[in-house]
Amino acid sequence: MSVAEIFASMEYGPAPEDASKVEAWLKANNSGFGHFIAGKWSRGKAFFDSLNPANGEVLAKISSGSAADVNAATSAANTAFADWSAQPCHQRAKVLYALARLIQKNSRFIAVLESLDNGKPIRETRDADIPLAARHFYYHAGWAQVLDREFADHKPLGVVGQIIPWNFPFLMLAWKIAPALAAGNCVVLKPAEYTSLSALYFAELCEEAGVPAGVVNIVTGKGDTGALIVKHPDIAKIAFTGSTPVGRLLRQQTAGTGKELTLELGGKSPFIVFEDADLDSAVEGLVDGIWFNQGEVCCAGSRLLVEEGVAERLIAKIKTRLNKFRLGDPLDKAIDMGAVADPVQMKRIDELVQQGIDEGAICWQPDVKMPENGCFYPPTLLSEVEPSNIVAREEIFGPVLAVTSFRNLADAVSLANNTRFGLACSIWSENINRALEVAAEVKAGIVWVNGANMFDAACGFGGYRESGFGREGGAEGMYAYLAPKHDWKTNGSVAVEPAAKISNRGAVSAIDRTPKMFIGGKQSRPDGGNTIPVADMNGQLIGRVGDGNRKDIRNAVEAAYKASGPYARRTSYNRSQIMYFMAENLSGRADEFIHLLRQSTGASKAAAAREVDLSISRIFSYAAWADKFDGQVHSPPMRNVTLAVNEPLGVMAVVCPDEMPLLSMISLFAPVMAMGNTQVLIPSERYPLLGTDFYSLLETSDVPDGVVNIVTGDREALALVLAEHDQVDGIWYIGSARGSKSIQEASIGNLKQTWVNNGKSRDWSSSKTGEGRQFLRKCTQVKNIWLPYGD
Amino acid sequence: MSAEIHQFDQIVRNAGCAFEPSWIDEIRINRSAVERRIASHSARRSVKKQWQAAWLLKAVSLIDLTTLSGDDTPGRVRRLCAKARHPVRDDILEALEVADIGLTTGAVCVYHEMVPVAVEALRGSNIPVAAVSTGFPAGLSPLKTRIAEIRESVSAGAREIDIVISRRHVLTSNWQALYDEMRAFREACGEAHVKAILATGQLGSLTKVAKASMVCMMAGADFIKTSTGMESVNATLPVSLIMMRLIREYHERTGFKVGFKPAGGVSSAKLALTYLMLVKEELGNEWLDPCLFRFGASSLLGDIERQLEHQATGRYSAANRHPQG
Repeated sequence: MSVAEIFASMEYGPAPEDASKVEAWLKANNSGFGHFIAGKWSRGKAFFDSLNPANGEVLAKISSGSAADVNAATSAANTAFADWSAQPCHQRAKVLYALARLIQKNSRFIAVLESLDNGKPIRETRDADIPLAARHFYYHAGWAQVLDREFADHKPLGVVGQIIPWNFPFLMLAWKIAPALAAGNCVVLKPAEYTSLSALYFAELCEEAGVPAGVVNIVTGKGDTGALIVKHPDIAKIAFTGSTPVGRLLRQQTAGTGKELTLELGGKSPFIVFEDADLDSAVEGLVDGIWFNQGEVCCAGSRLLVEEGVAERLIAKIKTRLNKFRLGDPLDKAIDMGAVADPVQMKRIDELVQQGIDEGAICWQPDVKMPENGCFYPPTLLSEVEPSNIVAREEIFGPVLAVTSFRNLADAVSLANNTRFGLACSIWSENINRALEVAAEVKAGIVWVNGANMFDAACGFGGYRESGFGREGGAEGMYAYLAPKHDWKTNGSVAVEPAAKISNRGAVSAIDRTPKMFIGGKQSRPDGGNTIPVADMNGQLIGRVGDGNRKDIRNAVEAAYKASGPYARRTSYNRSQIMYFMAENLSGRADEFIHLLRQSTGASKAAAAREVDLSISRIFSYAAWADKFDGQVHSPPMRNVTLAVNEPLGVMAVVCPDEMPLLSMISLFAPVMAMGNTQVLIPSERYPLLGTDFYSLLETSDVPDGVVNIVTGDREALALVLAEHDQVDGIWYIGSARGSKSIQEASIGNLKQTWVNNGKSRDWSSSKTGEGRQFLRKCTQVKNIWLPYGD
Repeated sequence: MSAEIHQFDQIVRNAGCAFEPSWIDEIRINRSAVERRIASHSARRSVKKQWQAAWLLKAVSLIDLTTLSGDDTPGRVRRLCAKARHPVRDDILEALEVADIGLTTGAVCVYHEMVPVAVEALRGSNIPVAAVSTGFPAGLSPLKTRIAEIRESVSAGAREIDIVISRRHVLTSNWQALYDEMRAFREACGEAHVKAILATGQLGSLTKVAKASMVCMMAGADFIKTSTGMESVNATLPVSLIMMRLIREYHERTGFKVGFKPAGGVSSAKLALTYLMLVKEELGNEWLDPCLFRFGASSLLGDIERQLEHQATGRYSAANRHPQG
């Protein structure tokens, strides 16, 4: 085209990024890439191709990781761990700092490589993925430096297995490796099969940065290689980012193994636009939200919820904007969208869109020039999407926006939360009262007010519900790679023997006692109409408790759910007042509980009195923490505050052990209540009367109805019903190793958070292990609310 | 072709409309989001090689070549007009094969006293003379005087009048007063086109910029312009984005196309390209025309000339190789 013609047409031309350096590197490795194990490169026996999705060409041959490779990598990491975790903090900080510097120094190379391998625009890898990755290493070099002071009483986990997705290959590597190393762990990382190249280049940077051999191991391969990592007995933790179905599988496979697990999974995140929003900016927010990285973003704002009065205008504006979109060669500096990562993904997007249309959505795509070859999918707008439509419910992982309108704030919140997921939420309004109310009500781990897809190492990232658990970034992200020094004892499971045979001869010395269950603030008879006998330490019958069944659990969860929203909205001061009152009442009835403890467990008078005293003190502790477990204000590098708020999980199940039955129950129930959760409490099966006597304490202490519900009966069976219940958001199970495994396996329905002891014991009487922030963290989740400001 | 470039009659002139308070009340601007859009835009688009050359030539055609100095003389203004007629060296235009596009700048912009000299110097070129007016730059002389000043400049041959608005009306949200003032200015201009200078650097917020833009368009401004060049903050990309969006909004509401002129602070070729690409994205190609877009600039041309010579020869250029304006 001549200059004169362009002067007349004012069109854009090609603006290609130079790829020659990356091409030379690929050529130098054209015999195939190996794994990076123990600081050395080892070639696999079998290879698979890595393709450029923009043109289908083969970029490189990648080794398929075998069991031998995974074993070698894990053993190398294990060997390296002793030395690496014992290094002075400053030493680890220096290594992370060197990695940050090297990423910066090679940023263009990595950006080009990533764009070639993944199909995403060079503009995004250059301006987002790679700078954010470098920032992640800088930020965590900082945590490494101050680790022993900022995370006192914590220790690294050991060898961490990390499995990352193809949508942000290098950034996800940074999110995984930087905190793991900062905390003193060693890693075995498997990149996604479509996109292994930037991880392999990172291994070269590790060599240059002086990362000790074995601290970082990269094993490439497909899903079967990942499964080998997940199942490896010497791996202490699995960190996974990927799809919810695979997340479920990982929960199942690691159940009962004691492996820590964090999951960052899918989403169907709402993007809420109120009529008082800056609509033009909201449109750009969508460009950043759903049309960033071809929509292959777990936290993409894929559901547009728009207030009816402005729906038509907003949709018109979106269309105008999309008509300016440029799709094409990802290495062109002036394109908006590149190629979808793989033909398989392309097909899935198309099928879901078709199904959405069949279910009533109206499809609109801009009339823009599409490249003839490669995996290119146009930005797509599906309007009139009802909540039942598949495109409103399933993650598409493509550049597809589903639009639904709402009437008012309550309607918006209800639609926003009408999903199995809970990763992110974008709220657009110029009214701060409105925006913050929605931010508080929405079930999502990340909330952006008047923004979308903002990320930073200083702010935690991760979801609620089936979007997973655990956080990456911020102080909250560091806890995902650390264990408290005072935790479950590594051995010595305590199991209290059940009474062998219950005798009721000559037992009646007082009026017959048949306590009921406690559901929704009322004493209720067991649904099945049966009771079970309770024996004292000598096998003498001392009473009967309700034999709860699944319907009692259903009713208790229903009551807990009903109470959940209002209770979470109470002030923390109010929660703390209720708990102080409970402590007061327990103190007043101390003798009664001492007697019951002695009668039930055979404890000495002194021991029983001590258990009651400790219980009162424990309630005091959590009454104290109720208004002191504050969140944080994070400082990402922009004009913004990010509020990291500790929110309750919601409805929790608490399954109590037999040892120190009063104190252990109080130690578990109290943090859950203090943090604003409602709960279904299963007291010790052997000593249930402590649980049933406890409800009269609740009744006299102004505990709102439904906040604590107590069901007695077959502990294991009731626990399993709770673990499977999709309305339960978290379960604490302290019992046998076998029970722990079943609970975690059963939790996959809604991927509720689990905390189990795997049959190990804990010293409930110690204030170090019996109470503390660990308990609070286990019944809360961090919501990061981004508030950019400026008028 | 140059004759055509400067014909305003290819677009329907903004007649303005009745004052609509709701159009002002509904305006919502989020500064952080606007700034993110600008940061993203600047990285989203790029023109290289012959595309860059063509876009830079377009930028030249959109410049209001300006001198607004107390020491302006007829000689200085004649030199500027000569540069406006002939902004880029012939050998460069020939090398780029654009010698026949009749490249000139968009206009020459001067104070009232210099209008007759400029009109004379530009005779036959069809390059319009723009006069800054209404007590420029502060706009605080008596209204009667300000209106008289417009009439004087129009009768002296100015085809475009760059007025300054009363910033106090914006700062006190007295939109009706702003509307009335703008209406009066527009009426005084007659056939001459009126550019409303908002002095955005003095308005305090992007929301005020947006509201002032809308009021001036309702009152019949042909162009809205960011700055006098004399404020401590002149044209910025976020302010420009807001003004462009309001122009789009006004066009959607009334069907009238209003022009945009960033002034002050656009002095590099690279920044000028960013502006043009923003215009293309936000308003469309139709606005990449002197009828609807101008740069108010004095030093921008020099940088563009050097870049164009680089495009033509492959060598980096020097300032002294290009004739002074």
